[in-house]
Parts: sequence; C-alpha cells; structure tokens
Amino acid sequence: MSNDSSSEIEVAGAHEIEHALRRSDTDPRAAQRAERQVALMFGGSVLASILFVVAFVSVKSTAIVDLPLIGRIGLQNLALGLASGLGLFLIGAGAIHWARKLMSDEEIVDERKSFASDDETRDAVVESFQTGVEESGVMKRPLIRRTLLAAMALMPIPAIVLLRDLGPLPETKSRETLWRKGSRIVTDISYRPIKPEDIPLGGLVAGALPADLQKIEEEEGNLNQRAKAAIILVRMAPDEIRSQQIQDGDFQGILAFSKICTHLGCPIALYEQRTKHLLCPCHQSTFDLADDGNVIFGPAARRLPQLAIEVDKDGYLVAKEGFQEPVGPSFWERG
Amino acid sequence: MSSESPRRRRPTAALALVTVGLILMGGLYAAAGSLASPARAETSEASPALLEKGAVLYKEGCSSCHGLNLEGVPAESVGKGQAKQNGPSLLGVGAAAVDFQVSTGRMPVGATGQQVVAGRSSYNEEEVAALAAYVASFAPGPAIPSEEDLDTTDASLAEGGELFRTNCAQCHNFAAQGGALSNGTYAPAIDPSRPDHIWEAMLTGPQSMPVFNDTTINPDEKKAIIKYIQNINAAPSPGGAPLGNVGPVSEGLLMWTVGLGALIACSVWLGAKAK
Repeated sequence: MSNDSSSEIEVAGAHEIEHALRRSDTDPRAAQRAERQVALMFGGSVLASILFVVAFVSVKSTAIVDLPLIGRIGLQNLALGLASGLGLFLIGAGAIHWARKLMSDEEIVDERKSFASDDETRDAVVESFQTGVEESGVMKRPLIRRTLLAAMALMPIPAIVLLRDLGPLPETKSRETLWRKGSRIVTDISYRPIKPEDIPLGGLVAGALPADLQKIEEEEGNLNQRAKAAIILVRMAPDEIRSQQIQDGDFQGILAFSKICTHLGCPIALYEQRTKHLLCPCHQSTFDLADDGNVIFGPAARRLPQLAIEVDKDGYLVAKEGFQEPVGPSFWERG
Repeated sequence: MSSESPRRRRPTAALALVTVGLILMGGLYAAAGSLASPARAETSEASPALLEKGAVLYKEGCSSCHGLNLEGVPAESVGKGQAKQNGPSLLGVGAAAVDFQVSTGRMPVGATGQQVVAGRSSYNEEEVAALAAYVASFAPGPAIPSEEDLDTTDASLAEGGELFRTNCAQCHNFAAQGGALSNGTYAPAIDPSRPDHIWEAMLTGPQSMPVFNDTTINPDEKKAIIKYIQNINAAPSPGGAPLGNVGPVSEGLLMWTVGLGALIACSVWLGAKAK
C-alpha cells in the first residue's frame, strides 16, 4: 500500500507561476490608500449603526414612503433594514479588504496526508481486541453470551410500551364529520340556511357548514369540526351530471362535495362553472364534479367525497346522510 | 240542408275557433307578462329611441355570433375545454351581463381562445346602455346595479374581508391579484376593477366564474366585498415591497436571482487574487 501516490501526481503548471507581489507590497502609497479604504468601511459601519438608532427613535412607525417600482412601504422598516444591513456588510467587507491588501502575503505548500493509520497502529488495535475477547471468556461461556444477547434484545421493549400509551388514539374521529341525516346546510360566515332556489344554474356556494357547527365552535373553541365538515355546493343542469358517487345524491342538479382536498387537505373552492372542474391551488389536483368528483389531474389519489342532500319540510337543503367515506387527506389506518 | 248532421261543423268554424283561441291566449299571456314584469323596471322603462339604437348596434356588432334574435349560433366544431357554442344565446342574461362584457371590452371578442380578455371598450357609455336595454327587452335577467346598490359607506370592511377570503380568494388571490385556472384560463386581477363591474361579475358569472346571485351572496355582502377589494387597492404595505402580492413565487424569484447573485458576487471577490 503506497501512501504517497497522491504526491506523485504533478499538477501541471502549479509550481510554474511565480509569486507576484501586490502593489501595496511594493508601493507604500498604495498601502496607505488601502489602509484608508479599510478605515472608511469600518467608519461607514459606525455611521450606519448610529443611523439605525436615529431612525428607530425619530421615524414614526406609521410613516409611508412611495418608491418607484417598489410601492408604498413603511419608511421606518426600510431605514432600519438598510442601516443594519449596511452596518454588518461594511464590517465584513472592511475585514476582507484588509486581509487581501495589507495582511502578509506568503504562499505555503501543505501536502495532503493519507487518511489511513499506519500498519503498526492497526496491528496493535487488532491484537488488543483479541486479547480482550480471550480474557473475558465470552467465547468459552455460551450461557453468559446468550443471556446477555437476550437482555440486550428486550431492553427497548419498555420504551415501546411507554410510547404506545402516549395520548388517546384518534379512534373514529378521522372518519366522522358533524354531518348526519337531516343536518341543515348553512353558508359559511353568515350561517344562513339555503333553499334550492337560492342557488342559480352555474352557481357556487364556496363554503357551507352544518347548522349545529356554530354552537359547537362556541362551546369547544376549536376548529377541528369545521376543518372536517366544510363543503361546497354547486349547481349544474341535471343532464350535465354524468355520474355521481351516491345515486340521486343531488337535489335538482345541486351537488355537495367535501371542501377538503384528498391530497393534503387544502380547502378548495376554485370551481370552473363551464368545465365543472374543481382545482386545488396547492398542488393542482383537479376534480371533475360532473363525474363522481374523480381526480383528472394532479397528485390526489382519491376522489372528492360527495354528500347526499335533500330538502326538509321547510324547503331548506339538508344532508340525506353523513359522508360515506372519510373526508380529507389519506391517513395510516384508512386502508 | 236539413239532412246535414247538426254535429257537423261548418268549414269556417274551425278557423274561427283557432282565431278566438289565439286571441285569448295572447291576451292572457300579455296580462300575465304585465303582472310579472314590474319587478324588472328597466325593461319597460327603456325609451323606444334607446331600444331602437340598441337594436341597430346589436345587429351590427353582435348578431353574427349571438343570432338575430339572441338565440345564439352553434359552433362548427366543439374543441376540448371550449365553449359549446360559437356565440351563446343571450336570452335572459340581463342588462348586467351586457354592461359587464361590453364595457370591460371583453365583447365584441377580438380573438377566439381559451380566455376572452378585457381591453378597451368598442362602445361609449350611451351605446352600452342602449345594447343592455335592447338585450334585456327580450327576456328578464339581472339588472345593472344602481348607485344606491354600490354605496359602500355602511358596509363592513371586516365582513367583506371574511367573505372575500371564503368566496373569491381561491381564484382571484388573497390580494385580488388574480391567478391561474386550468387549460390556459385564468382569473383576472380585480383590484383595479370598477365596483359596478365587480357587482355584475358576481351576478352573472362570466366565463369560468360561478354565479353568486343575491341569495348566495346578498346585496349587503356584495357591498362589503366591493369595499374590501377597494381597500386592498388603496392600502399601503408597511412591511416592505409587496412584489406583486403573489406570495412566495415572486419573493423566491427575487431571492434566487438578486439575493443569491449578490452572494456569488461577494464570493468571487473573496476568491480573486489581490493585485
């Protein structure tokens, strides 16, 4: 094994370039000029730090300045950013200029060394290991060896049992939403119940929820139920619906779908009324609402779940039943 | 004559019956129509001169695609993702649709493509009004909003923001800058749009846009949305350059080009041999 093979390779021309002196090495006036430049940069950094404090104290945080191309932005933010950026940059730039122009300029050759230890050291390690094996008698006493292996193998089990017990399991929460038979459908934000005649042909209700959500949200103060139950409603001519997941799940051409993308759970309402496509803005998964809510483009693996709807005795839209499949992105136990 | 069966009708009787029937039907229809029409005051109030002017303009500029009686003209071929008709029927689209399409310069359409683009209107305000009145005179449809409709003084800005983010932001971007749809279509930026055009677009659902009529988003909510859009347009961005308000795309582009470019320039300076 030759450890010196790397030094045998001659880099062409590497030693042929003669070391050139810098102008600041030969001309004292050039050296003085470089010194002044470095001092100017450090001095500029001092000024920038003072400017930062002045801007912080004297510029109102509400002051707006109108810059061409950039727009109307806050003057204080701009001044603070420029001052602190400039202050930091000038310290670095001055240090580098100093090193390049004035610090000593020697060329040193440092040969690469081999990574491997020499043969003597390696033999010593092997010998020491073998002595250890022999003296411990681990090869001679199989009972000790086997019980030790068993002890090591079972060691992590208490930790696994502990981790398994962390917090309650989700149980059926990922499969259930608030939607039940007869849940009244209301618009998001204004919580208005919806009649079929409210939705025009080509119309969209971009956010709809079960009516009892408002109460639950006030009581529990969390958004989990909203995140699962959000739906959208669209209306198309009944003969434009080519296929739907639930037979007669529509009401006179009004279809209800989960608003949560089956890929990673973004809320989607980007509905094109001419093509009946619903596009998720996060990763461009596209669902065809006129055809089962099937995925026609993008990374989503499952169709958008449909909610079967009907009208109650007061003429408002309600759910015919809960969702027949889990809404939102796929999860481990979904199968 | 006496041999003739009394049940046998004279030949003229049938004609008389049909005439009486037609007159009766027509009268009833007219009566029903006059009962139904007061809701759409603008159809009946349009002056005959305006309607006449509208008719002339319509025949010149619109009838080749939309038909002489607004019935629409079928396309020779139907391509993927294209409108099913060369010119769709305009029956029942209302004055609002005409005002939106014509005064934003989308109609008459310049070039056929995936998207009909806005531009300079080919008609002045009076001509647009005449066209709108003429089209609306055929069948009732959404009306042009009045000044009262568009008065946003009492509208809630906060509610407008919530409604905008729920109903509009998915296509038109959180700062109303617009965004891409599928198959080469896009939602336009709406922050510079006129309030009446925003109102009409919600009511009529032009191109890919769904219809948001007065029952899915009521007039007060429409006002709040318009107020919010106008506020976006007027508000400064104190935190720094908005970079078109399109989020991480333009911010990333700037950092990858200008930011990394500056770092590379610094490292070139670091590595260069001093002279």
